[in-house]
Amino acid sequence: MVRSPSLKVLHSFAIYALFGIVALYTLFPFYWMIASSLKSGQAIFDVTFFPDLKLNNYEVILSDGVFVGSLLNSLIVAVSVVSISLLLAIGAAYALGRVHFRGRSIVMMMVLAISMFPQIALLSGLFELINWLGLYNKLGSLIFAYMIFTLPFNIWVLTTFMRDLPKQIEEAAIMDGCSPLRIVRVIFLPMMGPALISTGLLAFIAAWNEFMFALTFILTDENRTVPVAIALISGSSRYEFPFGAIMAASTIVTVPLVLLALFFQRRIVSGLTAGAVKG
Amino acid sequence: MRAAFRPASLGTLRARSAWLFLAPSLIVLTAVALWPLARTFFFSFTDAELTQPDIYELVGFDNYRTLFEDPLWWKSFSNTLVFAAVSVSIETVLGLAIALLLNSHIKGRGAMRAIILIPWSIPVVVSARMWQWMLHDQFGIINHLLKGLGLIDTGIAWTADTNLVMPVIIAVDIWITTPFMVLLILAGLQMLPRSIYEAAAIDGVPAWRQFTSITLPLLGPSIAVAVLFRLLDALRMFDLSYVLSSNSDDTKTVSIYAREILVNFQDMGVGSAASTAIFLMIAIVTAIYVTLFRLNRRLLGA
Repeated sequence: MVRSPSLKVLHSFAIYALFGIVALYTLFPFYWMIASSLKSGQAIFDVTFFPDLKLNNYEVILSDGVFVGSLLNSLIVAVSVVSISLLLAIGAAYALGRVHFRGRSIVMMMVLAISMFPQIALLSGLFELINWLGLYNKLGSLIFAYMIFTLPFNIWVLTTFMRDLPKQIEEAAIMDGCSPLRIVRVIFLPMMGPALISTGLLAFIAAWNEFMFALTFILTDENRTVPVAIALISGSSRYEFPFGAIMAASTIVTVPLVLLALFFQRRIVSGLTAGAVKG
Repeated sequence: MRAAFRPASLGTLRARSAWLFLAPSLIVLTAVALWPLARTFFFSFTDAELTQPDIYELVGFDNYRTLFEDPLWWKSFSNTLVFAAVSVSIETVLGLAIALLLNSHIKGRGAMRAIILIPWSIPVVVSARMWQWMLHDQFGIINHLLKGLGLIDTGIAWTADTNLVMPVIIAVDIWITTPFMVLLILAGLQMLPRSIYEAAAIDGVPAWRQFTSITLPLLGPSIAVAVLFRLLDALRMFDLSYVLSSNSDDTKTVSIYAREILVNFQDMGVGSAASTAIFLMIAIVTAIYVTLFRLNRRLLGA
């Protein structure tokens, strides 16, 4: 496009101004959360933009056994959900992405339909099943329940990824008499690195953040995950709300996610869009 | 002819192994999704209680009658529809605008993309707590700034005011999920062929015409898919309202309503009826939407 130089400068100035507004809108709440978490005692009630960097709130929240335990619980649940859902999805994606068999498209449709299920529609049935399996108030209940939103998504994304891998190597391996298990392990797995990171990260984030099942299937404080722990922090009255501690806890939970988002930005975005934009 | 003497052809063998590879996933999906859904449907016709689900009697459509006679159900129902319609519309327009902005070839867009990912990646509970603090009627920074600007004299009770609480929830949701829209629309934008724009520029087509007659029509399907995902998400919204305004009937969603009946009142029958109604509502919305925008081929990657 032909433009005069001054117009060009104005154009990029306008874009940077808009960038600035979007960045401020996006980041200010985080800044305020961190700033508030660093103010001690009554100082949190004064609106000052630069905090005095006191760590009292962190001492309070980190000496709280329940909160530290909930961090650990969340980590256990999220890591288990990622490993199990990826392991299952790799097998399913091989079948759906590489083999033409009757019923393939029906299975694909079912996987897509399940990924659209509202979680509330499963609550009473899941409650009964979890009780029956003896998983009520155990982390296992969440690891099991979280398959509902991680497994269909992982199968979907990994299938579209596997479908696009070249045919030749696989055909050569079949001719050599390799078993399907060996083909998946030796040939496909090494090529799937990026797709596995994308889906794994999204599954981790989803499991780390889930709230409704965690609120329903866990009864006692020591088995809670982090989102529920933060949601249930409360003071003795509305005016004694421990916002300092809540902001400190929120900051602690947010940091690993922000680091993941920044380091793996590309992988997360490509995972997010793989299911949706493919067509 | 020779194939007939073989015990099984290579194709059959591969099909058989495909089912073996699928089996674990299919078993888990049946256990975690299809079976619970069927049980929920079944319980909606019983008078079971949460603590003793195996003691029940069939009561026909009684639970649905109870449900549909409860004004709070209809209130939650309309809350959910209003929330979904308004928040998703604004998020789409805003998401499109920011995506176009990020699509301009200029330094710093990678950093912007990373920044924008952050609100989406943190727990909704944390976002709700952050905004709850910023919106606090006495000590919140938003009231402080508004007072400083001389716009108000006394702090506004954002999450306690019946008329304000829904707009506040929608505003926070826009902050949380616009990034998702931006990223999906941006991915669609980056797939558009550049050559069309070059041709249009040579023909002297003005920028806004390029937007309305090239970008929007080509981007349509991407936007439609992104909106569908957001809509499904918004219709089952739970955590934001639960944390930000847990006691308010003005922001109670159908998911919160159903869980309350089920867990707090231990009424598995009516709770399951509400859950089934939500399932049907979302299934109908999805079916209409997919047919309307002819998304079935696109979603299945055909």
